[in-house]
Amino acid sequence: MFYREVGQFKTSYAADQQVFPIRQDRIGVAVILLVALVVVPWAGNDFFLSAIAIPFLVLALATIGLNVLTGYAGQLSLGTGGFMGVGAYACYKLVTLFPDAPIVLHVLLSGFAAAALGIVFGLPSLRIKGLYLAVTTLAAQFFFEWCFIRVPWLYNYNASGAIEVPGRSMFGVTLTGPSASSTARYYVVLLVVIVLTVLVKNLIRGRIGRQWMMIRDMDIAAELMGVRPLHAKLSAFAVSSYLCGVAGAMFVFFYLGAAEPSAFSVTLSFQVLFMAILGGLGSLVGSFFGAAFIWILPILLRWGMPLVGMPLPSETVTQLTSMIVGALIIVFLILEPHGLARLWQIGKEKLRVWPFPYA
Amino acid sequence: MSAIAEPPVLAAPNDGIKPGEVLLEVRNVSLAFGGVKAVTNISFDVRKGEIRAIIGPNGAGKTSMLNVINGFYHPQEGEIVFRGEKRRRMQPYEAAASGIARTFQNVALFKGMSTLDNIMSGRTLKMKRGFLWQLLHYGPARDEEIENRRKVEEIIDFLEIESIRKTPVGKLPYGLQKRVELGRALAMEPDLLLLDEPMAGMNLEEKEDMSRFILDVNRQMRTTIALIEHDMGVVMDLSDRVVVLDYGKKIADGTPDAVKNNQDVIDAYLGVAH
Amino acid sequence: MDFLHDILLRPFMDMAAQPDFFIQVIWEGFVAGILYALIALGFVLIYKASGVFNFAQGIMVVFAGLTLVGLHEKGVPAWLALILTIGVMALLAVCIERFVMRKLVAQPDIILLMSTIGMTYFLVGLGEFVFGGEPKQMITSELGLPTGSTAVEFGERGLIIFQHIDIAAAVIAIVMVAALAVFFNRTRIGRALRAVADDHQAALSVGISLNQIWAIVWFAAGIVALTTGIMWGARSDVSFALEIVALKALPVLILGGFTSIPGAIVGGLIIGIGEKIGEIYWGPLVGGGIESWLAYMIALIFLLFRPQGLFGERIIERI
Repeated sequence: MFYREVGQFKTSYAADQQVFPIRQDRIGVAVILLVALVVVPWAGNDFFLSAIAIPFLVLALATIGLNVLTGYAGQLSLGTGGFMGVGAYACYKLVTLFPDAPIVLHVLLSGFAAAALGIVFGLPSLRIKGLYLAVTTLAAQFFFEWCFIRVPWLYNYNASGAIEVPGRSMFGVTLTGPSASSTARYYVVLLVVIVLTVLVKNLIRGRIGRQWMMIRDMDIAAELMGVRPLHAKLSAFAVSSYLCGVAGAMFVFFYLGAAEPSAFSVTLSFQVLFMAILGGLGSLVGSFFGAAFIWILPILLRWGMPLVGMPLPSETVTQLTSMIVGALIIVFLILEPHGLARLWQIGKEKLRVWPFPYA
Repeated sequence: MSAIAEPPVLAAPNDGIKPGEVLLEVRNVSLAFGGVKAVTNISFDVRKGEIRAIIGPNGAGKTSMLNVINGFYHPQEGEIVFRGEKRRRMQPYEAAASGIARTFQNVALFKGMSTLDNIMSGRTLKMKRGFLWQLLHYGPARDEEIENRRKVEEIIDFLEIESIRKTPVGKLPYGLQKRVELGRALAMEPDLLLLDEPMAGMNLEEKEDMSRFILDVNRQMRTTIALIEHDMGVVMDLSDRVVVLDYGKKIADGTPDAVKNNQDVIDAYLGVAH
Repeated sequence: MDFLHDILLRPFMDMAAQPDFFIQVIWEGFVAGILYALIALGFVLIYKASGVFNFAQGIMVVFAGLTLVGLHEKGVPAWLALILTIGVMALLAVCIERFVMRKLVAQPDIILLMSTIGMTYFLVGLGEFVFGGEPKQMITSELGLPTGSTAVEFGERGLIIFQHIDIAAAVIAIVMVAALAVFFNRTRIGRALRAVADDHQAALSVGISLNQIWAIVWFAAGIVALTTGIMWGARSDVSFALEIVALKALPVLILGGFTSIPGAIVGGLIIGIGEKIGEIYWGPLVGGGIESWLAYMIALIFLLFRPQGLFGERIIERI
């Protein structure tokens, strides 16, 4: 009833090409931003911010990263966790080498290390395609994991073999380390995620994003339209790895606080892949849906089941989550391969024509 | 039926070649896959401004010939001269950059994208703004996007597909998909347009529409066209000159009338008693 | 110079200096390779028949092993546990065909692959839920498998040790490959299977039931998984860590090609022996532990030079 585009005419191509051409969508996005920027930090307690909001945003960014590569450019990656790790370790080294530079700068720069390695491991994609490429990304995954364990320089020769986040502040506010408040960390993560999401959206709706999708949908035709596979694929690898790297750096610096190499294992890669699939491959909003769903499901099980009188031991929660997510992946692939994002879209379509079933 | 739309005003090919002169020359090209010879020692030329048809029975090597021209296959022998430049090994994207566009026998659209995006994809080479501008999608990058959108809309008007502008191409009927594919190739503003069976699988009305589009593209946009087609009526009506292939060899070359009466061609099509 | 010497010469000098140890390393690699090959084999079966890149083969190995050991722990005699486990694998095959494969027929490869990743997670959750997450001891002797070892003298003072279970693994693998070859080439179902592998629609049109064939293939892969689980479990133990190891079937398949049974065997042996030699002779140069990624790198480098695999033919792309 309220969600109608009646009377909203576009008189220029610029207006027609907006990200949110329908006024109600623009209002909705403004409301969501307002909630994220004001209501959540104001109403959310420390647990909500630290254990739900921050990791959700970080993983959503990683999912966007994977989506760029797999959803938009069509190159399957099983190495997301490894590239996140590269970002985290790069950030750790940057903080050690330049302790006085602002931490947010470190986080943003650490993505470039991941991007560079992403390009290296993306090179084989020029010769090998599809499922074969999964092996390349697995090679990256296991090689990085090995480096995190066997190259002591990466963790400053700590006896524990783990990286620990030092306290750092910007403009007098402590942002990292044990004494940083969850609100401060939340704001940093939120702003980085918003800015990067907007930039990625810009790439996707322009020439570069179109080239990625051309390669994804039909690489031969894309080449005959003048797309250079080298440029298209490697730019996708670079952008994707950059986003994963930044996500990995934030994962350690604003969420975990300390990390062992096992934090970036192939399990994390799969977790992010599931977020992308469930959310919807080739959809940015789906990345947020997918991350929210997979991150919050076990928390809901852990906290929600006792409320209905069925307390679950924590390993049972893990097992149940694994089963539910696995089953849901299959269900979604069968019923709605485009994931939660498509369900969202269908919901909006229905709302537009309501109360009539068809437009 | 509305009035026939004016063809879009696209940059007239300006390569110093006058109409009627040779634009593309295929010289003694041979192509084999392992032991299988796809085409053997083929030579022909395409003159600027004409519609050149390549015909022949199934398996005659027509599509392979197009694949050689736009760099998808690399011939073992022979060479291609395009706009006076000789080349032997060229990547498909280089061929695209030099001004060769093409459609496919089995529609090869980008299935996950809308009609508009598909045709916009033809503008890839016309868009130059770099990565950083793209990131911001502001200023020059946005102007460029809108400028190209305008060109694309002209093509959409020309092909009369305004109503399916934002429809994902996977949902379109076959005939419309063929039309979108033509639009995508036109968006490249090519000097040479290769059409691989543009009317395959179409009914009579669709064929008439497509013929009209092809003629308009040729006459009003002055685009040189080389096409493969099975419908002899269409070929004879549309084309200026015809080259006939059979078993990978050239058996005839000339005007439609000359080819129609050529004994080898009749044998190839009707079979010949040995 | 020293570095080059360490990389290019030292390892070979070490090999020559202690040939008995070198042979031992090769043998260890050979056995590991057989197990990789077995995982890859289950994979090839499914890929051939349905074009599904079965990521879940690794977890099927774990699941089969866990079921066997778990049933035995509940007091079921070993022989009965084995039969029941075979029954469970059959049930699993039918369920996968009924609830997953049948619904996803004719979907793109990548969707099918992802569905098997989903299956993997479901089975991990289910396995841990039913049998618990901690590693279990394989019931090797109860199943009548040998447990001892034989030391063979080599040269003047060399000694090579062969575990009997490893020899048994090699023999069983050979028997299984032979049985599969007979099954594929000599039986009616095998012929139908090859027909399905070539062209689904054509097979349907001559009256072959896709559903039946797929259930059979998944069952066969389940049997291969059970065998792998027993052999692997006997060498170390039955745990979910195997799931990560099983990912090494991927490089094996890249070497051998997705559709070739001999390819799976040869690829498995190359990877198994190659990574053992690499780990023992070159690993120490970079701090050891390179086994975790060497297999992938070998496959990757191999792919760059021969994208179609060892036995595959060059694919001519058509448009």
